[in-house]
Amino acid sequence: MTGIATHWRLIPQRYNLVGTRCSNCGNKFFPPRDICPDCRRAGNIEEFRFSGDGRVYSYTVIHTPPEGFEFQKPYVLGIIELAEGPRLLSQIVDCKPGDVEIGSRVEKVFRKVIADGREGIIRYGYKFKLKDH
Amino acid sequence: MAGIVGYGVYLPKYRLKAEEIAKVWGMDGERVRESLLINEKTVPSLDEDTATISVEAARNAVGHAGIDAKDIGAIYVGSESHPYAVKPTATIVAAAIDAVEDLTAADYEFACKAGTAAMQSCMGLVDSGMIKYGLAIGADTSQGKPGDALEYTASAGGAAYIIGKKDTIAEIVDTCSYTTDTPDFWRREGVDFPSHGARFTGRPAYFRHVISAAKVIMERNDKKPEDFDYVVFHQPNGKFPLNAAKTLGFRKEQLETGMLISDIGNTYSGATPLGLAAILDRANNGDLILAVSYGSGAGSDAFIVEVNGRNEEKRNRKTVRDYIDGKEYIDYSVYVKYKGKLKGVALQK
Repeated sequence: MTGIATHWRLIPQRYNLVGTRCSNCGNKFFPPRDICPDCRRAGNIEEFRFSGDGRVYSYTVIHTPPEGFEFQKPYVLGIIELAEGPRLLSQIVDCKPGDVEIGSRVEKVFRKVIADGREGIIRYGYKFKLKDH
Repeated sequence: MAGIVGYGVYLPKYRLKAEEIAKVWGMDGERVRESLLINEKTVPSLDEDTATISVEAARNAVGHAGIDAKDIGAIYVGSESHPYAVKPTATIVAAAIDAVEDLTAADYEFACKAGTAAMQSCMGLVDSGMIKYGLAIGADTSQGKPGDALEYTASAGGAAYIIGKKDTIAEIVDTCSYTTDTPDFWRREGVDFPSHGARFTGRPAYFRHVISAAKVIMERNDKKPEDFDYVVFHQPNGKFPLNAAKTLGFRKEQLETGMLISDIGNTYSGATPLGLAAILDRANNGDLILAVSYGSGAGSDAFIVEVNGRNEEKRNRKTVRDYIDGKEYIDYSVYVKYKGKLKGVALQK
């Protein structure tokens, strides 16, 4: 039951891939940054929504999952390079481990990520699926 | 009157064949297929529920309508399988399509017709001028008791409709409902699976309500079955809508396009909205559609929909057929795991 406020605060990121960009240099950040590491004081951070399209930068197959993911094994965990640049870690769903390749095109989907047991809240968020599958 | 500005659908990828279920329970798969007219049904993945299905359908609908989600003034999600007993699904959808914060939202429940009830509410708010657009969703991940006849059909899927007045792809010419207190199907609070009145779900329940609502709306609009290009009825199995169509005087060809039961099963609150979407995927300017839902308990909502030229101009690119064809079969044991029916296995559902 812990971290309800944390999850609530992260809903824009988790549901809609809301990050930030620096209008000074054009760099985009996910998760969002409050300060541009290149422009520092000269930077100007604004909200930026990522399209959800991307490619598999790298991936691994989980055979020994952590608590809460036991019954999904084997499942694919990928580093997704978003079309706009940033990379993030996400499950790649609706496919078998053999279907995924480095460079595969992916798109975001809305899924249940984890629930706090039977009585707690359900945490929804982004996952990715193969686009050409 | 209000009309449909856009629509979106979603079906999970996994399928279970009726024969696979029949094998487990010692039934003749061929006979089950012939009596219920069902080949296979959709099965949600472990990480899918009514909220995720609603969100995917809603995102497709907003994309098809081409509207700013901030202009949506009401979201109603109709389902009998909301993930929470207390906490709305509609707010999850609102956040996920970025329609927050200036809107009203609520969940509906009326067995298999909560989605069409949501459409009617949105129509009322649009026609009264209270909102610009309303989002009505019918979605379910329905449950059938293992070994029960319902297990062959209880499936998952949903459809979302953007209701508004401007730039519609189809006008909703009229809607009416027929409602009585009829206990043909129910699930008590905290009980895992629904119960039903077997044969009692037929004549006094499904047929009485569907046929009455269809007759009332045709009479008051001075329409006959032959005036319609398409008709869609709620589809708890393959036979009920066929019989309803025959009784009312519709031809099989009018019914075929919206009949999805044999490929996807009964998506409950999603069923009539999905059938209507399959028709809109193909309908042309001037086509007239009759849609009649049915929800146990019991009631029917009837709609007369007239398609205009914009439907052809901006065809929905994520069609019902695409979702039907994008499938992968699983066997009964995997299905049992996905649906959380294994004792001692907490799937965090």
